[in-house]
Amino acid sequence: MQFIEVKDLTVEFTRIAEDGTEVKGKRAIDGISFSVEKGSFVSVIGMNGSGKSTLAKCLNGLLLPSSGDVIVDGMNTKDESKLWDIRSRVGMVFQNPDNQIVSSIVEDDVAFGPENLGVPPAEIRKRVDSALKQVGMYEHRLKGAHMLSGGQKQRIAIAGAVAMRPECIVFDEPTAMLDPRGRASVMDIIRELNSEGITTILITHFMSEAAQADRIIVMNAGHVLSDSTPRELFADMDMINRAGLELPPVVELREKLGLPDSIMTVDDMIAELRKLCR
Amino acid sequence: MIRDITLGQYYPGESPIHRLDARTKIIATILYIIELFVVNNFWGFLIAAAALFAVIAVSRVPVKFIFRGLTAVFIIIAFTFIINLFMVDGRVLWHWRFLTITYEGVSRAFFMAVRLVLLIIGSSMMTLTTKPIELTDGLEKLFKPFSLIGLPSHEIALMMTIALRFIPTLMEETDKIIKAQEARGADFESGNLFQRAKSLIPILIPLFISSFRIAQDLALAMEARCYHGGSGRTRMNEIHFAKGDAVAAVLMVLFLAVIIASRYIPVLYK
Repeated sequence: MQFIEVKDLTVEFTRIAEDGTEVKGKRAIDGISFSVEKGSFVSVIGMNGSGKSTLAKCLNGLLLPSSGDVIVDGMNTKDESKLWDIRSRVGMVFQNPDNQIVSSIVEDDVAFGPENLGVPPAEIRKRVDSALKQVGMYEHRLKGAHMLSGGQKQRIAIAGAVAMRPECIVFDEPTAMLDPRGRASVMDIIRELNSEGITTILITHFMSEAAQADRIIVMNAGHVLSDSTPRELFADMDMINRAGLELPPVVELREKLGLPDSIMTVDDMIAELRKLCR
Repeated sequence: MIRDITLGQYYPGESPIHRLDARTKIIATILYIIELFVVNNFWGFLIAAAALFAVIAVSRVPVKFIFRGLTAVFIIIAFTFIINLFMVDGRVLWHWRFLTITYEGVSRAFFMAVRLVLLIIGSSMMTLTTKPIELTDGLEKLFKPFSLIGLPSHEIALMMTIALRFIPTLMEETDKIIKAQEARGADFESGNLFQRAKSLIPILIPLFISSFRIAQDLALAMEARCYHGGSGRTRMNEIHFAKGDAVAAVLMVLFLAVIIASRYIPVLYK
């Protein structure tokens, strides 16, 4: 079943000129279509300015299409009466861990979403506790948000989205501002949430993160360049070069060693090399 | 230096004072401040100080922690003390050129300093024992009746929550900007007062811009989490009055009576 359908989506930014008239700016997204299946893990990759963050904001109605439609679980984001319904189903985690935490105390921040939805207090408490346990931050629940590391803050932001019990979470470059350890912990949580059935859309410019998805959408200058599985994408060197991307180190090593293209992760590589050494 | 200010900080704990309803603590603090101005002799202050120390003892907030907050406002206290010491007319105690200290001046100076110290400790006890979110919740509920005349109680409370949340973030941001400017050779330490004030401009402008950027990010994040104003919103920790609050209310009334009575205790120093 398709959970999100994007049809001919175009987003055009207008700016106000000095004389007060609206001037058409550039098209951040130029007529793209794709759909996301329920429970799947899709990553969107592309260079800066390729329109991937703009796309993310369209998926829960933070931005509305200039033309075309975004349909979430049968609801159009243009339908204002459905807006809160859509946002409660599509959670979002942003890039900057500092700028998305509302309350000083960890558990109060996680409760912010469910509070907005009007969930009864006892139920909020349950959801907050389970969300914090899911991201491994339960023992930090009474701490001040400013005392946490970047990776921990990002986990709190994920818990904040999870506590709303969404069916889908859009991650907009969640690891861009984190150190390697924080990045790894956030990726682990993203994969785990996906395995629990949450539809996952990961916007990133780290190839190694995108490679963990079922499907990679490559964007460039507001267009979709390619939409394929990681394996298909990494076999297409021409596409990789055209989109200005880099192969993940494991895949690059595999290419140079001339090993079979079923190797996608470090673990695969280790297994293959062990086999060869015997 | 900024980090040393305990005013407005929360000291986590589980004491009966911590467990009181935020509204009780807000009302008690306002009442306490008023009472400090009702007091007209040192007996009253003795009683007020005793009550305050009782509260501190029950709250189990370390006294050292509370007094560290006082050091930041020490200059204000010292200033008040000195002004009062020299400016009050009366029986001369000491005289040198244009400086005159009178008996009345000494007594007034101590009186004001004690009042100020009690005022600061008293109000910081509220913030020390109340989580910021509870404090803003309490204010929201206290202001609720005024929403009938158009006071946006929910919005005010939310603004306070966000302000408290972003104090450390903006402090970090300031630190970053100062370091970046210093790395480019900016000088914040030398020159007279005006030059120093002027050298703050390259810090304040980037800080201003970055706070706008933070505001934009935060607004998006809040919208993504379905924030749509105060209507239809529930709270995880509903605040409600409990037995402890009734006890506190009785104590508050008793204390008020004692303070008013203290005005009529004959004074010794006249």
